[in-house]
Amino acid sequence: MDQEKEKQHLLSVSVSPHIRTDEDTRSIMLDVLIAMVPALGVAAYMFGFRAILVTLVSCAACVFFEWAYRKLLKKPRSIGDLSAVVTGTLLAYCLPVTIPLWILIIGDFFAIVIVKELFGGLGKNFMNPALAGRAFLFSWPVAMTTWMEPLSYTGFFRISAADAVTRATPLADMAGGKLPEGVTLLQSFLGQVGGSLGEISTFALLLGAVYLLIRRVITLRIPLSFLLTVAVLSFLFPQGNSRLLWTGWQLCSGGVILGAFFMATDYVTSPVNPRAQIVYGVGCGLLTVFIRWFGAYAEGVSYAILIMNATVWLLDKALPRKRFGAVKEKKEKEAAK
Amino acid sequence: MKHSFFGGIHPDDGKRYSAASPITPLPPPPQVVIPVSMHIGAPCKPVVQKGDTVKMGQLIAETTGFVAAPIHASVSGTVAAVEPRLHPNGQKVMSIVIDNDGLDTPDESVRSHKEELEKDPHALLELVKNGGIVGMGGATFPTHVKISSGLGKVDTMIVNAAECEPYITSDQRILEEQPDQVIGGIRYLMRMLDLPEAVLAVEGNKPEAIAGLKKRLTPGCGIRLHVLRTRYPQGAEKQLIQSVTGRQVPPGGLPADVACIVFNAHTCWCVNCLAEEGLPSIQRVVTVSGPGVAAPSNFLCRVGTPVSALVEAAGGLKEDVDKIVLGGPMMGSAVFDLSVPVIKGTNAVLGLMPNQNLAKENPVCIRCGRCVAACPMHLQPLYLYAAERKGEIGELERLHITDCIECGCCAYVCPGRLQLVQAFKDGKAQVKNKK
Repeated sequence: MDQEKEKQHLLSVSVSPHIRTDEDTRSIMLDVLIAMVPALGVAAYMFGFRAILVTLVSCAACVFFEWAYRKLLKKPRSIGDLSAVVTGTLLAYCLPVTIPLWILIIGDFFAIVIVKELFGGLGKNFMNPALAGRAFLFSWPVAMTTWMEPLSYTGFFRISAADAVTRATPLADMAGGKLPEGVTLLQSFLGQVGGSLGEISTFALLLGAVYLLIRRVITLRIPLSFLLTVAVLSFLFPQGNSRLLWTGWQLCSGGVILGAFFMATDYVTSPVNPRAQIVYGVGCGLLTVFIRWFGAYAEGVSYAILIMNATVWLLDKALPRKRFGAVKEKKEKEAAK
Repeated sequence: MKHSFFGGIHPDDGKRYSAASPITPLPPPPQVVIPVSMHIGAPCKPVVQKGDTVKMGQLIAETTGFVAAPIHASVSGTVAAVEPRLHPNGQKVMSIVIDNDGLDTPDESVRSHKEELEKDPHALLELVKNGGIVGMGGATFPTHVKISSGLGKVDTMIVNAAECEPYITSDQRILEEQPDQVIGGIRYLMRMLDLPEAVLAVEGNKPEAIAGLKKRLTPGCGIRLHVLRTRYPQGAEKQLIQSVTGRQVPPGGLPADVACIVFNAHTCWCVNCLAEEGLPSIQRVVTVSGPGVAAPSNFLCRVGTPVSALVEAAGGLKEDVDKIVLGGPMMGSAVFDLSVPVIKGTNAVLGLMPNQNLAKENPVCIRCGRCVAACPMHLQPLYLYAAERKGEIGELERLHITDCIECGCCAYVCPGRLQLVQAFKDGKAQVKNKK
């Protein structure tokens, strides 16, 4: 009897529900990291070991800055959720592989401390930290636009900013109003093309995207509306001499795929309501094309997403799901009129 | 036409623990504790005193308002006390304690009403009212109030056998073992409501029950079997109506507003017991299950039986059990003391193991939107949560917090482990207090 009583005292009491999914923030971030591995593989193959080095340094710096900031301010530790690792990887992925490491680390600092932690940490920042970090690094425009020719390394382990063979990216050609030369669309699709570290291989990124979709980490609403908008506009207003090729190149070059699947879908900085998500995706697509066509920079994805980040609260507020059972209410209102 | 509701989740249904266990009648305990509040609405007033002799089925507490259901002795014997006792809701509630004489001497009112119901099917309303029948799915809304609210307004009667909460198999077993009694109850209710047809809605994860029902419910028999997709909260009244008819009950409205009326399958079974044998609501089937219970089972037991007796009959608890939940794991409530009685709405007693997924020290919303995708009421739990934390009552109202049915889907899917349901219960109370 005593034993039984003791047991009863030990029973936990808490509010319902009494079961919850195994999935947590950490497992979701881990899925995102897994989904980004193929792109890193292609980057290492095309650009050499430095691609891995840049990514690792970026992750380490992000984790360090988050840990240090929270330590200094005596806030609960948060690096275990792996979100800093995701930010570090994403920032590395949208920089040239030849980026000097000290510039990279400044970018990591800006992303984690200024954009993320000063706003309160994960979930509170209104801009995508990686993209904001990238935008900040355009303070060093030359380093940010030095593109290494793929497979031009002489030794897998030795590439520095100085001895990289550089060339114009397809995007630069297209900004000049012509189809890219000297490289085929298939090469670009697979990743044998100049560009930022993690954005080059459409194929590898799509592989990761499929993984994220299967794991239900993301839905298609944002990426599909983003990509369709870019595709339709490219198809309607082509430059160069082939409508289809132009559309294909627009989708396979630069950061569109990386942006649509891995950055525009960032939970914290995208809307949660389904209709708002579609408008957000279309907005990203429109701005991307607009900046690519008319802007001073060849690439528009990151600015497009950053601008749309600022509209998220408005979109969510303006486009909530229809209230359950509200159909009748509307009719009643009409009848009252 | 196929309809469906938005959102919902697919937790492990856990029915395997007790699905194969036949309903075993549990011997009435030596003493029953019957609270005067076992339904939604005003508590009843005891009409017996300490020392009174009572018979099984005798009225022991009468209603004090329309939305209420009278209470009957579940055993025969002597009233040992009329005093506040611990209720499953965690508070002390006035209860009638009866020492069982073990004879089950029936009250005079316990007799078949078949003949009078054949003459006048509408006599059922009075019978149900006096029999203390309430919604047996757990909501315990008085059935006569439901019937009254639907009289003349309803074109679709739905019988809820979705049983979407994980682990619970009480309705499932009733449908497998006593389908004729359930169907009988449905027919009494159909005649009461003058409806030529009813829909019996069952989730697809009960193939044996469905097979048995299919044999009985031939086309043209007036009861249509509707197999639902297995998805929680399929059995929530508003979602069930949406799944069966495509209609959405308006905010703050009743099923009757969309010409529907929903009865739980167990309630139909009780209506049949009442009509054929005259038994008021004094017994029910309870699933005792979960990973923390030694021998998960389904029992037919008297109202007022202590939960500890059920647990004991199911082989006791495993050593490292962490929590005892009355009802399902999604909406049920945890109890800290097993002496609490089974009441009319207690469909399950679950023993659950420690679960590190339930809470986290610093829950953080990452705005993943899973709660929005899961909410069957089309709400935005993450924004409701933020508003509640900031105490913005106006914002809570603007986001329709009163629509929340506390089904727990949002909390179930939340990777940040926010205590969403707790926040919404608090938020609703704040909104109510303001008014």
